[in-house]
Amino acid sequence: MMPGSAPAAGGAGMFVPAATAGTVLCCMCGVSMQPNPANMCARCLRSRVDITEGVPRHAAVVYCPDCSSYLQPPRSWLRATPESPELMQILLRRINRPLARLRVSLSGAEFVFSEPHSKRLRLKLRLRREVLHGIVLEQTHPVEFVVHDRLCDSCSRAQANPDQWVAVVQLRQHVPHRRTFLYLEQLLLKHGQASLAIRVAAAPGGLDFFFGSRSHAARLVDFLATVAPIQTSTAKQLVSHDTKSSVYNYKYTFSVEICPICREDLIALSPQASRDMGGLGPLVLCVKVTNAIALLDPLTLRVHHLEEKKYRVYNFKAALTSKQLVEYIVLDIEQESPEISIDGSRYQLAYAQVARVSDFGKNDTIFTVRTHLGHLLNPGDHALGYDLYGANLNDDDMDTAMARYSLPEVVLVKKSYEKRPRTRRWKLKRLPVEEDAANKAKGEEERRLDEYEAFLRDLELDPEMRFKMDLYKNEDYRSEMASTVGDDIPTVPIDELLEDLTLGEDEEDEGEEAVEGNTSAGMVE
Amino acid sequence: MASRVKFENSCEVGVFARLTNAYCLVPAGAASQGFYSVLEGELAGAVPVVRTSVAGTRIVGRLCVGNKRGLLLPHTATDQEIQHLRNSLPDEVVVKCVDERLSALGNCIACNDHVALTHPDLDKETEEVISDVLGVEVFRQTIAGNILVGSYCTFTNKGGLVHPQTSVEDLDELSTLLQVPMVAGTVNRGSEVVSAGMAVNDWTAFCGSDTTATEVSVVESVFRLRDPRAGALGSVQDFFTSGAGLLPEPRQKTRLC
Repeated sequence: MMPGSAPAAGGAGMFVPAATAGTVLCCMCGVSMQPNPANMCARCLRSRVDITEGVPRHAAVVYCPDCSSYLQPPRSWLRATPESPELMQILLRRINRPLARLRVSLSGAEFVFSEPHSKRLRLKLRLRREVLHGIVLEQTHPVEFVVHDRLCDSCSRAQANPDQWVAVVQLRQHVPHRRTFLYLEQLLLKHGQASLAIRVAAAPGGLDFFFGSRSHAARLVDFLATVAPIQTSTAKQLVSHDTKSSVYNYKYTFSVEICPICREDLIALSPQASRDMGGLGPLVLCVKVTNAIALLDPLTLRVHHLEEKKYRVYNFKAALTSKQLVEYIVLDIEQESPEISIDGSRYQLAYAQVARVSDFGKNDTIFTVRTHLGHLLNPGDHALGYDLYGANLNDDDMDTAMARYSLPEVVLVKKSYEKRPRTRRWKLKRLPVEEDAANKAKGEEERRLDEYEAFLRDLELDPEMRFKMDLYKNEDYRSEMASTVGDDIPTVPIDELLEDLTLGEDEEDEGEEAVEGNTSAGMVE
Repeated sequence: MASRVKFENSCEVGVFARLTNAYCLVPAGAASQGFYSVLEGELAGAVPVVRTSVAGTRIVGRLCVGNKRGLLLPHTATDQEIQHLRNSLPDEVVVKCVDERLSALGNCIACNDHVALTHPDLDKETEEVISDVLGVEVFRQTIAGNILVGSYCTFTNKGGLVHPQTSVEDLDELSTLLQVPMVAGTVNRGSEVVSAGMAVNDWTAFCGSDTTATEVSVVESVFRLRDPRAGALGSVQDFFTSGAGLLPEPRQKTRLC
């Protein structure tokens, strides 16, 4: 007989008779037990009814070994680490439907360890299900999942061709130097515009940026339109299509052409262009290139900004480019007007007596010219300029201008400083550009280094240009003797430099190392 | 002896048959010859097995109630049926029709030859008829909270079986009232409607064919149907001392109502 008594009365003051639960014999095995709705002991119930009947013991799950994610039918792939709650969720969803159909509820699940390369995942489930007359039985149920390896869509695409691109931006400038690209490279790095590119490749006359998606390429083109005078044309090529589901795969090409006018170019304007710009020139210097071209008349200090669309109307070429600069020595300078500032750049009109450095000591050829560099030049300084006197010009507009006007024999462009190989306390980052080894001409490498060195020198001269890009501290720099550095040579103030991010000696360093290596290769001096 | 039988594929033999110490009523019809032959084979010579319908139905066991002294029929029973039963039953058995709203008398009343337990809502007149015709003391009772005492308990002059969830205190009270050992148990593999699952009198019992060996042994023990020789399943005394049943205590002088 069961000892004990009924629980306390529910209502106050009500007599509740004591009710001690009796025992009955299990109808199957005759063991004494508490009565239940089936009047059968748990063991007999369990032996009579298998609540796990129909619940699958084996299931399959698809796994992408490349990105360690699991397939969630129909199409999504979810990343999950071994024995993680996410993985449990994915696995349980695989057997959810049979459980729901059999009205079995899940009260618990846990992983049972299995070797990773056995390609099996084991789960121990606790299932709960109602059997006869509202009795709920709970039972453990092992389920084994077979892991099938299959690459997910993106991985299989990547596996087939790692640099499969959808859109390409072909950036071109038809000039004999690469200065513009060195400048644009720094802008892209600073604004992170090329970070989405799958690949950046050097091409004759420019760079190719390859993207995995059309919108990424369009973003780059939009950015370029804000920093350079460009003309864009687009094209697309049908790669494959599925008419039934109306899916078309294209490869997009953005052909971006930058105006062939660069900073320091000498341009002879056509009479019409000169008239349209209010009698500018006709001999003008390009002083700045943004999305507009700034043209300076060195004789009158007038600056005219020419938009890209306007430029296309005249479509002039440079008569002389920075490659053809000749070095002069300033013999005498005579200020003509006070120093003025236009668009943040300072100019001063002056008369200068100059002689070519190559002539110096050989003959007495002296030129007296007007120059806009009166504030910079002092007698004895060196300056770079275009030698119209000795140049072999091949330009119709220049011929017209020569016939109409008496043009100066020399146009000074900038002050020049002593070219001495030296190390810099700063450095620039570089884009990982793939060079085409096949079409590399002899001396190409050397020419590149020269161009890069010239670019770095320009940067030192031009704080306005430096402002647009990121300069980093060079860890390898060792301060030179004060005597070896000329006092007049402009350098970059240390407060403009950024600390570079260098990571520790772990595996994540590899990517950084590659970039670093590239940088230092570009900076061999 | 307890036998396992089936009436037309149904194990609820107590629904269809009414067995007392003086007669046995079974439904008319030829569909379940196996049932009749078992009953007649078991009861032949001892009591008459009468085939009849009650109120045109075959659920004879649920509609009527009786003991060796009489038989009570619901008001729905037809005159022909009453006449047929009067003709068939022994002369000393009084057949009486009860004018009671609760017409399933078998579900509302449980009795042996001395005591009857009834549904608490039964009419006063019916109670008087029961005590007059059947010659019993009538107690209004519930079994484990169920008012259908006729369904959830069955007892003879030897013993009784009640609903499995009857508390120990209720079991104690019932065995004191009835002056027979009572036990909580099941028939038909865990069915708690014990009266519907079996028909029993002082010397024999018929259980539904789903009844397990354990349940049969409980039935045989509590109704004392075993052979005098010691059975393989142990004595009655062993069974009660194991804690599953209760032996009666002497009835108190005061009447319990």
